[in-house]
Amino acid sequence: MSASQETLIKDFGKPSFWSALTLFDWLWAALVAGGAAYVLYRYGAVMDAYETGILMGVAPLLAGTGWWWKPFRTFALAVAALSLCAVWLYGTQLSNAETNFFLQYLLASQSAVMWMSALFILATLSYFISLFARSDYAGQIASALTWSAAASGLIGLLVRWRESYLIHPDVGHIPVSNLYEVFILFMLITALLYLYYEARYQTRALGAFVMLVISAALAFLLWFTFERAGHEIQPLVPALKSYWMKIHVPANFIGYGAFSLAAMVGIAYLLRARAERVNPQGLFATRLPSLEIMDNLMYKAITLGFGFFTLATVLGALWAAEAWGGYWSWDPKETWALIVLLNNAAWLHFRFTKGWRGAPMAWWAVGGLLVTTFAFMGVNMFLSGLHSYGSL
Amino acid sequence: MSTAIPSARRRASIWLEFLGSMNLAITLLAALAVSSVVGTVLQQNKTYESYIIKFGPFWFEVYKALGLYDVYSAGWFVFVLGFLLVSTSLCVYRNAPGFVREMRDFRLQHNARSLRAFAQHAEWTVALGAEALSAPLENYLAARGFRVRVKPQGSGLLLAGMKGATNRVGYILAHVAVVVICIGGLLDGNLPLKIKEWRGEVRLETKPGILISEVPGESRLPASNPSYRGSVNIPEGASTRDVILRMRDGYFVQALPFEIAVKDFRTEFYDNGQPKSFESDLVLIDPERAEPLEQTISVNRPLLYKNFAIYQSSFTDGGSRLTLRVWRLGGTDALNMEGVVGGSYKLHGPEGALTLELKDFRLHNVKSAPPGSGKKFVDIGPSFIFKLRNEKGEALEFENYMLPLNQDGREFYISGVRNNENLPFSPLRFPADAQGGVAGFMRFAGALRDSAQRARAVAQVTSAGPSGARTLGETAAALLERFAAGGFAATQEYIRTRLASLPGEQREQVARAYITLLQDSLHALYVNLDLPPMPDVARQQQFFQDAVDTLGALPDYGAPFYFELADFNQLQASGLQITRTPGKGIVYLGFGMIVAGVFMMFYLPQRRVWLALSEQDGRTQVLLAGASNRDPLGFAREFEALRDGLTERLQRL
Repeated sequence: MSASQETLIKDFGKPSFWSALTLFDWLWAALVAGGAAYVLYRYGAVMDAYETGILMGVAPLLAGTGWWWKPFRTFALAVAALSLCAVWLYGTQLSNAETNFFLQYLLASQSAVMWMSALFILATLSYFISLFARSDYAGQIASALTWSAAASGLIGLLVRWRESYLIHPDVGHIPVSNLYEVFILFMLITALLYLYYEARYQTRALGAFVMLVISAALAFLLWFTFERAGHEIQPLVPALKSYWMKIHVPANFIGYGAFSLAAMVGIAYLLRARAERVNPQGLFATRLPSLEIMDNLMYKAITLGFGFFTLATVLGALWAAEAWGGYWSWDPKETWALIVLLNNAAWLHFRFTKGWRGAPMAWWAVGGLLVTTFAFMGVNMFLSGLHSYGSL
Repeated sequence: MSTAIPSARRRASIWLEFLGSMNLAITLLAALAVSSVVGTVLQQNKTYESYIIKFGPFWFEVYKALGLYDVYSAGWFVFVLGFLLVSTSLCVYRNAPGFVREMRDFRLQHNARSLRAFAQHAEWTVALGAEALSAPLENYLAARGFRVRVKPQGSGLLLAGMKGATNRVGYILAHVAVVVICIGGLLDGNLPLKIKEWRGEVRLETKPGILISEVPGESRLPASNPSYRGSVNIPEGASTRDVILRMRDGYFVQALPFEIAVKDFRTEFYDNGQPKSFESDLVLIDPERAEPLEQTISVNRPLLYKNFAIYQSSFTDGGSRLTLRVWRLGGTDALNMEGVVGGSYKLHGPEGALTLELKDFRLHNVKSAPPGSGKKFVDIGPSFIFKLRNEKGEALEFENYMLPLNQDGREFYISGVRNNENLPFSPLRFPADAQGGVAGFMRFAGALRDSAQRARAVAQVTSAGPSGARTLGETAAALLERFAAGGFAATQEYIRTRLASLPGEQREQVARAYITLLQDSLHALYVNLDLPPMPDVARQQQFFQDAVDTLGALPDYGAPFYFELADFNQLQASGLQITRTPGKGIVYLGFGMIVAGVFMMFYLPQRRVWLALSEQDGRTQVLLAGASNRDPLGFAREFEALRDGLTERLQRL
């Protein structure tokens, strides 16, 4: 009896988190660990302690993300394979981009970014067709296109990273240092965040809205590329030469991406709320997810944004303490980051403690996008300060 | 009826209620956000003059009274911030004890009836006693991250599970962090200095351009000052015990408790001339240390010492020694002079005394390379920047290059001039002679100013003409004289007025003849100089033409001298920022707390589940119920998994 009681106890305890992992999960983790180990072995000599630390932190983060969100693994593996392929095709000659077919039309950073642009435009169209023609098939195509666009964007950035080193080892740097690069980062992160929630909430109807913000960013990126030659790789100013850039900027853009997502869901929320009153049988009232789901999604996105924006601002302060001589200088960029945080803190307090839900919060989230956009772009365009790297 | 004490207490509690209320907190968050905007739109801590120019005298005073030029230390701003701190502290003070209690409370008072009222609940009947089920079920919850308490209840048991208690810890951490960060920030801020200034114990020094040693004691701050953020430029090989704290339209001199010396300063540049890195070898001499501390700092790699940090923030010229050849335009010889960047020198010009102020020296000037050269950038060599100030105090700014610049196969010495620092330099080109210097041109310019040489040239040109030579000679002399005195502009003006009476067509014809005459006279003047010959005639002719072009523009140059940079000895100064931040550790602690707190709050939601077991006739009724304080949709999914897992296991029994 006591033996069977013990088996019973054991049986009720299973499966724990670890035993729920499949072979493929472990394979994935091993691959990530192997990759990190190889980087360390190959480039460890030129990495400083902080960069090694960042690598050590990124590897488990990547493995964990793959465990938590399975489709991410396929995405990451495809991106890694194609990026490595590009690195291999380049060899040590930047000029291979002009002679090698695959680089020229597919994998060179500029080509990959152009693919990303085309795919994002197609994805936007497909999401709209899916919404208006009530076509689930178009929705599936749209998701696939968004995945491909995000992959192209990330390949573009990773290959650009390599290209900067091919220009000259002194010029080499992670491509998150100017407006062109961070716009790609922004689109890519926003798309991935959206794809995550799309799968989680089992709805593709919000794609059209989220893609709008990505398309707007894309329009700017193309203008910036063709009018201002923003895509040219420039060497870093001394203040940006720091390991902090590798963590501060991505954290910031997870924040920007999440806030944008929240705002676009807010717009969808308002449309549905209105449609339910005016035209309950119409498209918006029937195709869009329920108000409860959208409210929840908005909340999720804002908390994610708030968390990462807090982290990014703190990282920025720590960096400022090394580069500008003080962790806080009331520089316009710093101050606007604080304003974004205060705005979202107020939003969260309203929801938690006053229990506010619904249209006012959706309006607020949409308004918040204006504040966020000003912090991101407006500060660089209209205000002067220390943080002038992202200027037009 | 009520006595004084309870009413006072009630009043206090109303105040506490108000100060700790959420409405006030949210209002304050919004107020802080809006007032922060002001300081980003209005550039902070500029000189008062620039604000007067921008806003006019009336609004200047209004904004000044509101403290808008230094918003973030304005009284009202600090007040709002302080208010928010009090509000946050009270909020934590009022809520924290309840939260801590809640973290420990497993809510064992629930029973089957109350649990059935939960939105999330499920029930099974199992052919097993409650005692036998207890341990497996406890393990079931524990394996899913719940802490479990078991309590006998009626004819069975109640298992209460809880996870995410850290959610409440997150709340406390995040809110206390705000207070901690502000306290740390306050320690590092300049509030004590503001108070001293307000009480008149110290006074801002506003006189520009005086030496640090001349600053009076009332504008000096002692080394005991607990926090500051100052800057200083130290030339290579020099040292300092003071830093400058810039505020509004003036500064304080802050004494350091140690001495900082810059042994060496180095810069590296990219091909495009952009600085790649700059670093200083520092020596810190502290009387409290036996050995001086030596360390190399660069951007992003400061020297940290006690609660001081020394940053590489910029670089500038530290008093480079320049050897100049001063050519009087119109004279033929040059004087040599030595000068130091940063210094001022008196000169005697033709129209009174002039002051030469040497402003800067640049070793490298990288410009876009001419197309077809195969390179993208080219370094055109050293230059120096100076101002020439007349007795009225008016100044022109110049930038002269040391090496000649190759343009279309000819070499020129470039001198840029401007009367406003916001304008680009407009360049004047001095053609290089056969020996590659400016002497040839200077002799030409000298000959032009010399009436005897002009007369000789005119005689040579006009003697060829058989008739009317006298008037022709007079015209040529007049043209040459105008050209010498006023360049192209004056010559054109002269021709225009002189020919004003002629009809249009004829006027043009005669004007062309005049120009040819001037050209010939100038050429004669040039030939008479007998300068060392160029390698070929075409180059010779080109030099003459280039020289004439420059001579024609010379009167607008604005300076009676040309300063040629003959030699230099570069001395750079390292721009350091020195901060003393006793509150930094506290602020960083707050940073850690706020990040940890925020993520705990959002991603570790508090979840409670209960399993009520009631046994009857050897069969047990199992009731599962759950609740979460955040994210009901997410919890619904989690509860489903919990329910399904349990169904599967209970069926197997």
